[in-house]
Amino acid sequence: MGRYVARRLLQMIPVFIGTTLLIFLMMYALPGDPVRALYGEQSVDPSQIAAIKAEYGLDKPLWQQYVNYLAGLPQGDFGTQIASRRPVAEVISEAFPVTVRLTIIAFVFTVLVGVSLGILSGMRAGKKTDTGVLVLTLALISVPSFVLGFLFQWLFAMQLGWTTPTVQDSMNFSQLFLPAVVLASLSLAYVARLTRTSIAENLRADYMRTAVAKGLPRRRIISMHLMRNSMIPVVTFLGIDIGNLMTGAIVTEGIFNVQGIGNLVYQALSRREGATVVGIVTVMVLIYLFVNLIVDLLYAVLDPRIRYA
Amino acid sequence: MPELASKTDTAVAAQAATTTDNVLATDAGPAPGKPRSLWSDAWYDLRHNWMFLLSTGLILLLLVVAAVPDLFISGDVSPRDGDLTKHYLQKPELGHVFSAEWLGYDHQGRSIYARLLHGTRASILVGVMVTVAVTLLGGLVGLISGYFGGWVDSVMSRITDVFFGIPFLLGAMVVLNTFSERSVPVVSLSLAVLGWTSIARVMRGSVITVKQADYVTAAKALGAGTGRILFKHILPNAVAPVIVVATIALGGYITAEATLSFLGIGLTDSISWGQDISAGKDYLRTAQYVLFFPAAMLSLTVLAFLMFGDAVRNALDPKSR
Amino acid sequence: MRGAKSAKWVAIAAVVALGATACGGGSGDSGSDNGKGEVDPKGIFSVDVGEPQNPLQPANAKESNGSKVIRAIFSQLVDFDDKGKIIYENAESIKTEDNKVWTVTLRDGWKFHNGEPVTAKSYVDAWNWGANIKNNQTNSYWFSDIKGFEDVHPEKGEPKSDKMSGLKVIDDKTFTIELSSPIPYFEYKLGYDVWSPLPSGFFKDPEAYGEKPVGNGPYEFVKWEHKKQIEVKTYADYKGADKPKNGGVIFKNYTTVEAGYQDLLSNNLDIIRQIGPKDLPKRKTDLGDRAVDEPYNAVQSIVPAFYTKQWKDIDPKVLQGLSMAIDRETITKTVLNGTREPATSFVAKGVAGYQPGIAGDILTYNPDKAKQLIKEGGGVPGNKIFIQFNADGGHKEWVEAVCNSIRKATGVECAGDSKPDFQTDLDTRDAHKVKSMYRGGWVQDYPLNVNFMRDLYGSKAAGNTSGFADKEIDGLFKKGDNAKDLDSAIKAYQEAEKAMFEKMPAIPLWYYKANYGYSTNVKNVKFDNNGDPVLQDVEVLKK
Repeated sequence: MGRYVARRLLQMIPVFIGTTLLIFLMMYALPGDPVRALYGEQSVDPSQIAAIKAEYGLDKPLWQQYVNYLAGLPQGDFGTQIASRRPVAEVISEAFPVTVRLTIIAFVFTVLVGVSLGILSGMRAGKKTDTGVLVLTLALISVPSFVLGFLFQWLFAMQLGWTTPTVQDSMNFSQLFLPAVVLASLSLAYVARLTRTSIAENLRADYMRTAVAKGLPRRRIISMHLMRNSMIPVVTFLGIDIGNLMTGAIVTEGIFNVQGIGNLVYQALSRREGATVVGIVTVMVLIYLFVNLIVDLLYAVLDPRIRYA
Repeated sequence: MPELASKTDTAVAAQAATTTDNVLATDAGPAPGKPRSLWSDAWYDLRHNWMFLLSTGLILLLLVVAAVPDLFISGDVSPRDGDLTKHYLQKPELGHVFSAEWLGYDHQGRSIYARLLHGTRASILVGVMVTVAVTLLGGLVGLISGYFGGWVDSVMSRITDVFFGIPFLLGAMVVLNTFSERSVPVVSLSLAVLGWTSIARVMRGSVITVKQADYVTAAKALGAGTGRILFKHILPNAVAPVIVVATIALGGYITAEATLSFLGIGLTDSISWGQDISAGKDYLRTAQYVLFFPAAMLSLTVLAFLMFGDAVRNALDPKSR
Repeated sequence: MRGAKSAKWVAIAAVVALGATACGGGSGDSGSDNGKGEVDPKGIFSVDVGEPQNPLQPANAKESNGSKVIRAIFSQLVDFDDKGKIIYENAESIKTEDNKVWTVTLRDGWKFHNGEPVTAKSYVDAWNWGANIKNNQTNSYWFSDIKGFEDVHPEKGEPKSDKMSGLKVIDDKTFTIELSSPIPYFEYKLGYDVWSPLPSGFFKDPEAYGEKPVGNGPYEFVKWEHKKQIEVKTYADYKGADKPKNGGVIFKNYTTVEAGYQDLLSNNLDIIRQIGPKDLPKRKTDLGDRAVDEPYNAVQSIVPAFYTKQWKDIDPKVLQGLSMAIDRETITKTVLNGTREPATSFVAKGVAGYQPGIAGDILTYNPDKAKQLIKEGGGVPGNKIFIQFNADGGHKEWVEAVCNSIRKATGVECAGDSKPDFQTDLDTRDAHKVKSMYRGGWVQDYPLNVNFMRDLYGSKAAGNTSGFADKEIDGLFKKGDNAKDLDSAIKAYQEAEKAMFEKMPAIPLWYYKANYGYSTNVKNVKFDNNGDPVLQDVEVLKK
């Protein structure tokens, strides 16, 4: 087990460097200059621009910038945001709690509703409930989240007046509910379908027949045998999906004005704030890599057949 | 939605192992008498699936619309030229079916119905082109990675991990920002460059399983070349799960294009539903139809491809029924 | 003291209101002009202003949020009236013999909010500091007219000095500014926030000062709750003519205009500076007379890239024709929802030297004449034009409408050339890679016609990114710059503008308007030439 974890951690290093380098290079290739942008359409001052660039090390060759960047990371130095001249680490840590909140609500919603719907239709595979859930999930998957966002905005804020069209306080759980539901809708549909498939499959499995034949109580069969086995693919999906929920929020956060990571990265990208974009991607990749590792380890807990050497 | 595309990715990753096994484990199923292949069995299945029939019908219709949009509207209506003085935000005339004013006029005085029709081509083209590109690229990587194993596999897998680790939408935004003119092929290729990883993973898993089959060993023993083994024996038997994943993802790529166009970094030279939705958002309080009609059309198209993909999956993977 | 207390109370109430899920949407009593009701001279009101990105240092307020707050806290030597005429604010007089050496005399008794007197040194030190390249102030080039600027702000390398030789303190109340070459309208530049004085405490820790600025303006800084609001209160000892008629202002941060508008509807916000596009069509129903549109000194135009093959040797008649093919009237009313007003000149309306009617019929929609002029001029090369714009700035709608108008009127193909963001747009313009035309925008630096001409279309001007270079126009500008006084400079530039319509360095489209709204708590809300509320004049009603 320990050796497995060590090997996985080692494997992460090239992936981490590769991903950050790729984003770093892509940002560099984009036209536009964040320092020049401070001047907008008004007269520019090349010597002042050069001075500001020198201060942030942006005049150095690309490889050196990247090395400097990597060297700063262990000390928590993510560089400086040019527009505000604040440390990127500070900017990210401000937006992060918002996105974490949004993700938590979306995640809980996904698990509760998605798994329930999945179990409901899986247990009644082929029946009307099953078809109903199937149609619902199909609809949720085919309506793009930005369309769903506007639909909700129009319906719940403008028609019914239950809430404001956009979030005013991004740290307020109750205000984040609507965007979280929009964010969760797609995952929810997938979780429901995965759970359904998995349950329907396992219901036909030999061990279930054995359990029934042994005369075990129905509740014990469902909770101990069926659920434990059916949840493996669902857990995998949910694990990887946490990362997706966090980054997938660009559009949702934009529509509802949630001041989280998604909004931050979108603005940073359009202002060519390389350090901010790379910083966010770095955090995202780290989260993604570690969640992946944890999911794999969870496997072993759920499925005793899997052993990591 | 790229979210959808990436969601498909993760769902696929989660299912990959089981799907692969299932597809390959499929025998002739209920057929008595002469044994049927996976493919003929699937075809039998599809013909009796309402989802397949409905979605095929819809897709065929959409294809015709994409090819000859003007066939569906009465009169000669340009989707580009509007008349502000006459048609600015003119409400729909729901009775005037198939006419220019049927679904109303947008803020530029252009017929919304005409734009719906003319937007179909770009959406479907992007969806199909990304799917084809992703299947070729990911399929090739997966095939090589799975067949040769060893260090080739290690390197390929790490590269796959790198691309898989980049958030899809973010990556697409960065890549597309580098182009000032974004035609259908440019957008398609950009999406493909970021989207091939899940196919590669599925293909790799599938190839590894097939590689161990007796007929491969037999072919090797008979002295068949690597190329022959790869393309004659392994590929045909390993491709089913890839087709499943690719078909389901197609709808996702259509959403991805719409999302990027919505954000202003999608297609530049075509009429796109995503752009129209984006323009309509300013009229959400006053003229909701400007947003909702293209949104409905987009959703319907994605739905059609999604149902199609679902039906294909069910046919190729009977266990999930 | 009472004022301070009530300020705090209002602030708390505002925070509470922000925190609670404000269920907005109720429409105010439309039609009321808030004329009735007693005015509370100590009353405090709120305006929406985003979070300033930089510390509040006058020479660093490039982005608009910070500069709004700076304008409340600082007064400069001069200010302007509605017509763009100079009013002396902190200056008693500004005199010159030769347009080169300017003598500034300060008014008596002015103090910074901390009690320190405002002296000649406060100005000179502030400007020297702001101009120094080492201090990385984004507005430093504003001092470039002063003699010795290159010493503190060299093109390369370390500054040779930390003082500009052109600035000399004569006594506490007097100093002289020597320019490197005469500028008859130099006085006009002095109204910009970058020319504010700074108290001596600033230079000890400019960063910390920027968090808690001390100025000489009508309002005194109270506190800055980051990402929430900035509070200022009326400075009791203020000596300026524009003494506030209220007790203070709260600049509230909203990240979207929609959110601000919701708060305005529920009276949690008193002034919204620009109503968002989603709410614009409904503003009159929601607010009645409290929704106001007021043009300010900013102009939008489309600019041909004269370095391209297409426009290099173009006959200006073609551009005149294209200009007449644009139905400005209809587009501003429909697609632009009344946020703009058709342009009548290259120069904005509220600046000194604006000439009504100077454009003749060139800015008036006339499809027949448009076609004829284009034909006479030899047609548009390639018969197709592109208008470059940035997709993140809400320009797409009007670019499409302009193109439609040109296409319909003249048969010239026209399409938008969308750049994903402002960055890419600027980069393409700077690199001279625009393929046909681009959208241009200009907000006044100072309310004088010169600013809308020389700084954009002079062949060597920093703001000239189109490659437009015309000897005749340059000559006319030069004549204005060599004029003996301000009036003759303005006249010379008026001549130049006339010539510009013959050369068409750009196609002016429309002037910007502030589409603002206010709550039922306030009255006498007016907006100035920058499109900003005149804070001092706002009157708060007793509750």
